[in-house]
Amino acid sequence: MSYHFEFNWLAQYYPEIVKGIGITLQLILIGAVLGIALGIACAWARALGPAWLKPIVATYVELIRNTPFLIQLFFIFFGLPSLGLQLGELQAANIAMVVNLGAYSCEIIRAGIQSTAKGQFEAGASLAMTPFETFRHVVLVPSLQRIWPALSSQVVIVMLGSSVVSQIAAEDLTFAANFIQSRTFRAFEAYMVSTAIYLILAILLRQALAVIGSFIFPRRAAR
Amino acid sequence: MTEFTLWDILRNLLLATRWTIVLSLVSFVGGGAVGLLLLFARISARKAVRVFARCYIELFQGTPLLMQLFIAFFGLGLFGIAVPAWLAAGVALILWAASFLAEIWRGCVEAIAKGQWEASASLGMGRLQQMRYVILPQAMRIAIPPTVGFSVQVIKGTALTSIIGFVELSKAGTVVTNATFQPFTVYGLVALIYFALCWPLSKSSQILERKLNVAHRNH
Amino acid sequence: MSLIEITEVRKSFGPNEVLKGINLDVEPGEVIAIIGKSGSGKSTLLRCINGLEMISGGSISVAGAQLLDDQLHLKTLRLKVGMIFQQFNLFPHLTVGGNVILSQTVVKKTAAKTAEAMARKMLDRVGLGHKFDAYPDELSGGQQQRVAIARALAMEPIALLCDEITSALDPELVAEVLAVVRELAAEGMTLLMVTHEMKFARDVCSRVVFMHQGRVHEIGPPGEVFSNPQTPELKQFLGVH
Repeated sequence: MSYHFEFNWLAQYYPEIVKGIGITLQLILIGAVLGIALGIACAWARALGPAWLKPIVATYVELIRNTPFLIQLFFIFFGLPSLGLQLGELQAANIAMVVNLGAYSCEIIRAGIQSTAKGQFEAGASLAMTPFETFRHVVLVPSLQRIWPALSSQVVIVMLGSSVVSQIAAEDLTFAANFIQSRTFRAFEAYMVSTAIYLILAILLRQALAVIGSFIFPRRAAR
Repeated sequence: MTEFTLWDILRNLLLATRWTIVLSLVSFVGGGAVGLLLLFARISARKAVRVFARCYIELFQGTPLLMQLFIAFFGLGLFGIAVPAWLAAGVALILWAASFLAEIWRGCVEAIAKGQWEASASLGMGRLQQMRYVILPQAMRIAIPPTVGFSVQVIKGTALTSIIGFVELSKAGTVVTNATFQPFTVYGLVALIYFALCWPLSKSSQILERKLNVAHRNH
Repeated sequence: MSLIEITEVRKSFGPNEVLKGINLDVEPGEVIAIIGKSGSGKSTLLRCINGLEMISGGSISVAGAQLLDDQLHLKTLRLKVGMIFQQFNLFPHLTVGGNVILSQTVVKKTAAKTAEAMARKMLDRVGLGHKFDAYPDELSGGQQQRVAIARALAMEPIALLCDEITSALDPELVAEVLAVVRELAAEGMTLLMVTHEMKFARDVCSRVVFMHQGRVHEIGPPGEVFSNPQTPELKQFLGVH
């Protein structure tokens, strides 16, 4: 049981790690912004949209939520080229994350919309707003505010899940860890360090989302 | 080069699906057992125990499952234990699932009205008795839908074990793709098999949830 | 020695002191009504007596059992005093019978047969023997509260604490619960009740305690307290000018 821990490699390989952190952050930034936007659109479609659109969105949401992210990623990166859609690793990773978070945030946001008091829709209608105007100006922001904590958790989950993009050679933090362990044979240390970094990223991301939330929703939550 | 029919592909994938199912069951049951211990620790009367459980949960929920698998796979090996992929996969998934189940169940325990604790305390019950006879029976009812829902996360989580070399559905997908050069078909089928495993569970979780809400007033 | 001895009891929630030195001795068979505005500390005092709240200073003992912050002392104390709550707090997953049986078998290790016989006896006593197999949510509020009384009585306490036990009830259901309490009082049970039912307090109680800002402001037989309030606070509370 006398394993000798060895962290000297850190000095040589920290640029890889920094680069990996950068890619991981970039992935979650794009994934979160576009994924939540997609989620809002889908939530609108499922809760208030036209009848023909609902089953389409529902199928998308159920397919994504009931299959592993890894397989979605492989399907996009390896499978789509056979349809003539060639994607780089980062493009594929970005698309996979947007599509994935889009489906999850759709369900979370939809729950927020459906917990809106009926009177809000009626008040909007009685002020001669169209259903979409009521959604856009009256319902959306309070709905998002109610589900912001759940949405934030999902963003963190997706960030942690992004570690599998290393499997299509996107050079994120996990990729850096794999690279380092293959060069140094210090697998345990390399993964310990990257795990610790992920933990810090997760904590920081959660806090950042809380701050962003307090910016977007300066007023107290209401129903 | 041999030609692969769709049936050849599907058969190979389905054979590997057995291991996805076995690993999912082991992880879910094992995770449930560890999660129950963790739940008791999380709501223990002793602060040190509570803090330990909180750190455990924070650690396992705040880091990627893939990293946990790597550490189980490579880390245990350091101590002279030869770790086969299935063992690392099982251990990591159990510990990971436990952290989520404990937190789900804690939510359910905390949803039980404070008056239930007070009434049972005033009847002279100790903490374990309160849990055993009054709180858990009620918490278990509301815990069923989210617990079933989490089983879907476990099944999807097993896909990551392919990365450390455990041969289950995802790994079989890669192997079959490499043999057939038909990634679109193969990964499409893999996705559909996962869907066939997960969707019934997701759906029943939703239905149970709705039933529970409707039957709110019943015992 | 009195049955319940409350000596210089203080209780703070953070910086907020809600009980500022309470002294009260209760003799066996006494029925005490505790009245006062909300926030006067009356519910807190009651909850301290069986250790649902821990006191910050002073001492409480019931028939020699001291209030101390450990499981063993708490259990000893709680076996001597039962409690009835405003919100009934029946166990929703158990039948009426199960509610009354549970703590007997679990806490006192009474045999199942004996416990069931006791449960039936106590449910008969509150007039609900026929509801033995019903679930709490099939009962009216008044019936639920009577089950809660039976549940407490089945533990054979020597005193009962009643915390606004009729406040959550529809007006037409108050009487059936008070009738049960009245019977208990007549049978010699020691009762401490926080209540808003002034008429009941006047008719049934041996003493009335008026609490104000965390202190016992006035205390005496109901005749004196209600007919001849001494302090302006009590006069205002009773609406006497």
